[in-house]
This record gives sequence, structure tokens and C-alpha cells, in this order.
Amino acid sequence: MTSIEELNPELKGIGRYDFGWSDKNDVGANAKRGLNEDVVRDISSKKSEPGWMLDLRLKGLKLFDRKPMPTWGSDLSAIDFDNIKYFVRSTEKQAQSWEDLPEDIKNTYDKLGIPEAEKQRLVAGVAAQYESEVVYHQIREDLEEQGVIFLDTDTALKEHEELFKEYFGTVIPVGDNKFSALNTSVWSGGSFIYVPKGVHVDIPLQAYFRINTENMGQFERTLIIVDEDAYVHYVEGCTAPIYSSDSLHSAVVEIIVKKGGRCRYTTIQNWSNNVYNLVTKRAVCEAGATMEWVDGNIGSKVTMKYPAVYLMGEHAKGETLSIAFAGEGQHQDAGAKMVHAAPYTSSSILSKSVARGGGRTSYRGLIQVNEGAHGSKSNVLCDALLVDQISRSDTYPYVDIREDDVSMGHEASVSKVSDDQLFYLMSRGMEQDEAMAMIVRGFVEPIAKELPMEYALELNRLIELQMEGAVG
Amino acid sequence: MSTLEIKDLQVQVQTEDGPKEILKGVTLTIKDGETHAIMGPNGSGKSTTAYSIAGHPKYTVTGGEVLLDGENVLEMSVDERARAGLFLAMQYPVEVPGVSMSNFLRTAKTALDGEAPKLRTWVKDVNGALDRMKLDTAFSSRSVNEGFSGGEKKRAEIAQLDLLDPKFAILDEIDSGLDIDALKVVSDGINAYAAREGKGLLLITHYTRILRYVKPDVVHVFVDGRIAESGGPELADELEANGYEKYVSTPAAGV
Repeated sequence: MTSIEELNPELKGIGRYDFGWSDKNDVGANAKRGLNEDVVRDISSKKSEPGWMLDLRLKGLKLFDRKPMPTWGSDLSAIDFDNIKYFVRSTEKQAQSWEDLPEDIKNTYDKLGIPEAEKQRLVAGVAAQYESEVVYHQIREDLEEQGVIFLDTDTALKEHEELFKEYFGTVIPVGDNKFSALNTSVWSGGSFIYVPKGVHVDIPLQAYFRINTENMGQFERTLIIVDEDAYVHYVEGCTAPIYSSDSLHSAVVEIIVKKGGRCRYTTIQNWSNNVYNLVTKRAVCEAGATMEWVDGNIGSKVTMKYPAVYLMGEHAKGETLSIAFAGEGQHQDAGAKMVHAAPYTSSSILSKSVARGGGRTSYRGLIQVNEGAHGSKSNVLCDALLVDQISRSDTYPYVDIREDDVSMGHEASVSKVSDDQLFYLMSRGMEQDEAMAMIVRGFVEPIAKELPMEYALELNRLIELQMEGAVG
Repeated sequence: MSTLEIKDLQVQVQTEDGPKEILKGVTLTIKDGETHAIMGPNGSGKSTTAYSIAGHPKYTVTGGEVLLDGENVLEMSVDERARAGLFLAMQYPVEVPGVSMSNFLRTAKTALDGEAPKLRTWVKDVNGALDRMKLDTAFSSRSVNEGFSGGEKKRAEIAQLDLLDPKFAILDEIDSGLDIDALKVVSDGINAYAAREGKGLLLITHYTRILRYVKPDVVHVFVDGRIAESGGPELADELEANGYEKYVSTPAAGV
């Protein structure tokens, strides 16, 4: 695997990335580049979709062409939409057992430790998406018996079309933004979850996303419906090989949490540093419902992602825990959006970011309290940590309050790792990198402790790798 | 047989007005089994001595040397000095949010010993060290120094001294801000450490109070970046009676 680095000396500075290998793949190499109506029609026909979905895709394509690129946030000018491969089918048939997967794909997931996690029952269901489609899918039988649906989105559309007609595109309309339009036109894969009334899924459902092909565009589409008083925790992880030219990941995630239900959605995004990660995630909460986003952004070249919660019923709650790392050449523009549209709703945002090696983190958040949403509460806390002098952090908090009787708190801080902290830990025998990693781990601890155990460990390990040689 | 030798140590710090010389040639030798006290008025260079030996980046050594068993400490990084056997208890230990004391102590112990402490005895050791410092064992799950009172920070420093068990310990104004009960607890901890085989202690203090509990073998009086006088414990008694006046106010100054 050293050859990738040798061939691309410009990658040397990005530190070690353990998921950067790629599989040999003819399908991906030969996939078509560029986007037009034929590409969209081709995807739809390969999936034998109902006509209304094709119509929606074509509408998405029109809107995508028409909408301008966002000029705020990160610099997206280098994305070459004509060079991207919009659909790569890596295997003809979805597997129910890891053994049934093509050898190289199975090896990939073995290396990532996914089958092991399933074996150890750390998860209640697993979906593995490779390129454009979900190649492996499994759910615990007892959950299936209770009526829990956990499918890849393509299969779910075939089997539960009525739910799609009711909910698909209702939380994030096709024309919400340029990238939601793009996703709608070429979406493929992703997870569909339905949790029936009162059912608590006690251990997380997990999805694992892998891009293998260079210049691949991955456009998964996830739809989660948590019925009244039900609960689910969905966890997703993402990795990709290191290539010298860019790939694009542009997902849309829609979540509906009905009365008294609760949904937690955890992401550990660790794309390689050549992936543009432009994702729209939004949940609506009915009365008394709770939505929690736990959003970890470690990898990617550019991330723009602001998980949103629309609090539509009284006493609905939204929470976002956001953590971002930016190293050399990375810009993490992340945050959250909370819309209070009913009385007595509450929201909280905790954002922690760490920048090093010239990396850049931005917190971008919106708190909106609509007229009539009296008695609502919101609290925002964002802390940035700069590890050196050449990195950058910005905070862009937007607040739009149209109601008098609300309580709103906002605190932001930018701190540096102090010489005194490093000195203190080193004077106790720790090497500089170790001391730095310990300080950074401590800084993100309030969020790390919310992660599932194996992800918390993974995060700690990533911090250690990131901090190697971080101090000049 | 272990020795810490400080030879003609000269140190400066950067100030807004350029570099300022703080230590102008300090020489002293501590052998294991000995307790030395450095006393002196504010600004005389006591703490600078401590932090320079430990290697704080704020201080630039411009001359002299510091030898630990013949090895030049000044050529080592901060962590190498610690692993060579030096320990500095600080006057104002920093807070490290989100890092638990137990994690911090275990990591430090592992770094110093080159292997992780045995899980079976370690928890007991930590709890014992906290208990001897009259710190609730709940402190081991709290973040390092975060929200600790001044006295708790000092006691936590001595608990670290107890657990990390260095060859030579430098205690910088460990007595400042302690009430009489805490002073006794901390002094007991220091004495217990000093009583171990082969340990040397350098106690830096502004007041003679702690020397009633921790008996020094040698007392050095620091004035203006130099040792003005060295003597036995009786020198502390003399300072107790007369203060630093005789060292700082010279007849020529006319005050």
C-alpha cells in the first residue's frame, strides 16, 4: 500500500490514514463519468423503479442544473461534476452472509472490522454500502418479528412503496438546496428504517459506507420513521481510499420522529482527504419527540453539514453533539440547525472542534424560534481548540427569534493548547505527542462519552494518529 | 548513591523589554537522603530555579549545568527529565479538562516505568495515595485539577509524588495557600516520601512555617538570583525571627 503514497508525494503531509487502501475494481474503473438525463434514467431503470420516482429524479436533475453553487461556507469550486461517476454497481446481488460477498469486498469489510462487530452483537442490524449500493444486509430476527423494518433504501422502495409516497422528500424537499436536488436525481442505497409504535430497539442499527472507486460519487438516501413512543439508535461510519483526485459524497437523510418517540443518529465520518462531503440531514419531531444528532467529522477534504431538527409539536426536543477535526488541507464546516415551530420546545447544541496543521474548522449554526413557539428554550455551546499557530477556527452563529417568551443561551470559545498544559503532562513523563493527544482527548471527552464504545475507542485512536508530530 | 548537582546556573526570561536575567549563577548539590530548602523574598529566583531544572520552555538557560547522577539534565526534554527521575510539584498546577485523574496518573506511571502498572494493585495504590492526602477517592474520576480548591491541588500534587515515586522531588511553594490542617497533611506526605530509600528533596518556600513540619538538612537563602547564604536548619529559625531584611536592604540604599 505504500505505492499510493509513493506515486502521490503530495499526500505525504496528511498523516496516517488507515483506511486508504483500495480494492482492484474493473467495474468502478469502467464506470461512466458525468451527469445528464440519460444517466438518471439509466439508474432508475436498473432499479426497476415506479414511474413517480423517475419523475422525481428528473425534477431533481432540473433543479440541480438550475441552482447555483453555494458561495458561503467552504470553497467548492474545484468539484468537477463532469468527472464524477454517478453510479457504480459492484455486485449483482445483495448478500445475507459475509461469505456470499465477492472476495475483495468481503476483505474490505473484514479489514474494517464490521463482521466482527456483528458477531459480537454490538449491533442489532448491519447494512454495508459499497459504492452505490448496499451489498450486505442483516437484522436481528426478534426485531423483524416486532415489525422493525431495516432495509436498504432501494429494496425498501420496492417493498414499502406506500411509506415512500407518504414520507420521501417531505422533510427535505427535492429543491431544498443544490445538493439535495443532486441526491434526489441520482440517489442510490442508504438505509430505510421503520420502528413501530412503542418498540425500543435496544442496541444500535449500523450502516457502513465505503467508496472504493476514484472520482466516485456516493449519493445514499436514508429515511427513518420512528413511530409513537418508539426508540432507535442508528450509527453510520464512512471511509474511502486515498486517491489523488477527488470523490464526492452527497447524502440526504430524512427522519420523522412521531409523538413521544426518540431517535439518535450517530455518524463517524472518516472519509479520506480527497472526498467532498456535502450532506443534508434533517429531522422533524412531533409533540414530545426527541431527536439527537451525534455528528463526528474527522475525515474528508471539505465537509459541509448542519444536521437540523424541526420541532413541530409541543415539548419536542432537539439535540446536536458535533465534533470536528481538521488537519492539513481540510475544512470542516459543520454545525446544526434548530427550528422551534411549537411552544415549549427545547434544543441544545454542543460543538467541539480541533484544528491542526493548517486545517480549518467552522461552526455554523442557526437557532430559529417561530412566532407562537412561546416557552421555548435553546442553548448553544461551541468550543474550538487550536493545536498550533497556523490553523484556523471561525464561528458563524445565526439566531432568528420571533417570539418574546423564550430563553436562549449562546457561548463560544476558542482556546489554544497551552504551553503550561503540555509542560505539566510532560513533567509527569509523557512524551509530547502523548501529552498533546491527552489534552485533545480531554477536550472532546464530553462528546466522546456519548459515542458507542467501539467508536469512542476508534476516535481516541484517530486523535492519537492526528497528534503525531502535531507540535512543531 | 544519587546526586543532583546545580552548577553556576544562569537563566533568563523574555519580557516586553527584552531578555531579563533571573538566575545569576546558582550552585548547590543535593545528595539522596537530603532535604534542602530554598528560601527567599519574592522575585529572588526560587521558582525560576525549579522550573528551569524541570525544563519549562519559558526559561532560557544561558549558562551553567544541572547534572543528575552525572547526566546533563539540560540536554533532555521535559519528559526525559521526568523519566530520569525528576519531579516538580507546582505552585499552580494547571487544569486539564476532560482527563480523569486516574487516566492521567496511569498514563504518567506507564510513561515513567516503561510498562503499565499492575491493574490489581494500582487502583488500591491510587486510592491509598488519595486517602493519605485526605482526598476522597472520587477525585480519581474527576478531571485533572479542574475545580479543585487551592489546597486540593497541592494535596493532589503530593499524592502524585507518592505514586510516581521520583528520585528527586522539587516542591515549589507547596505550602502557599494551605490552612494549618492541610499543611500538616501535606507535610506528612512529604516526610513519608523523604523517608524512602534514596530520595532527595528540594523544598522551595517563602515562609518558614512548613519547616516546622518538614525538617531540612540544608537551608539556602536566595537573593537576587544568587544564593546569599547557606546553612543548617538554624538558618530558618533566624529568618523566622529577622525576615529577609538583612539580605535585601543594603546600607548603601539608605533605607
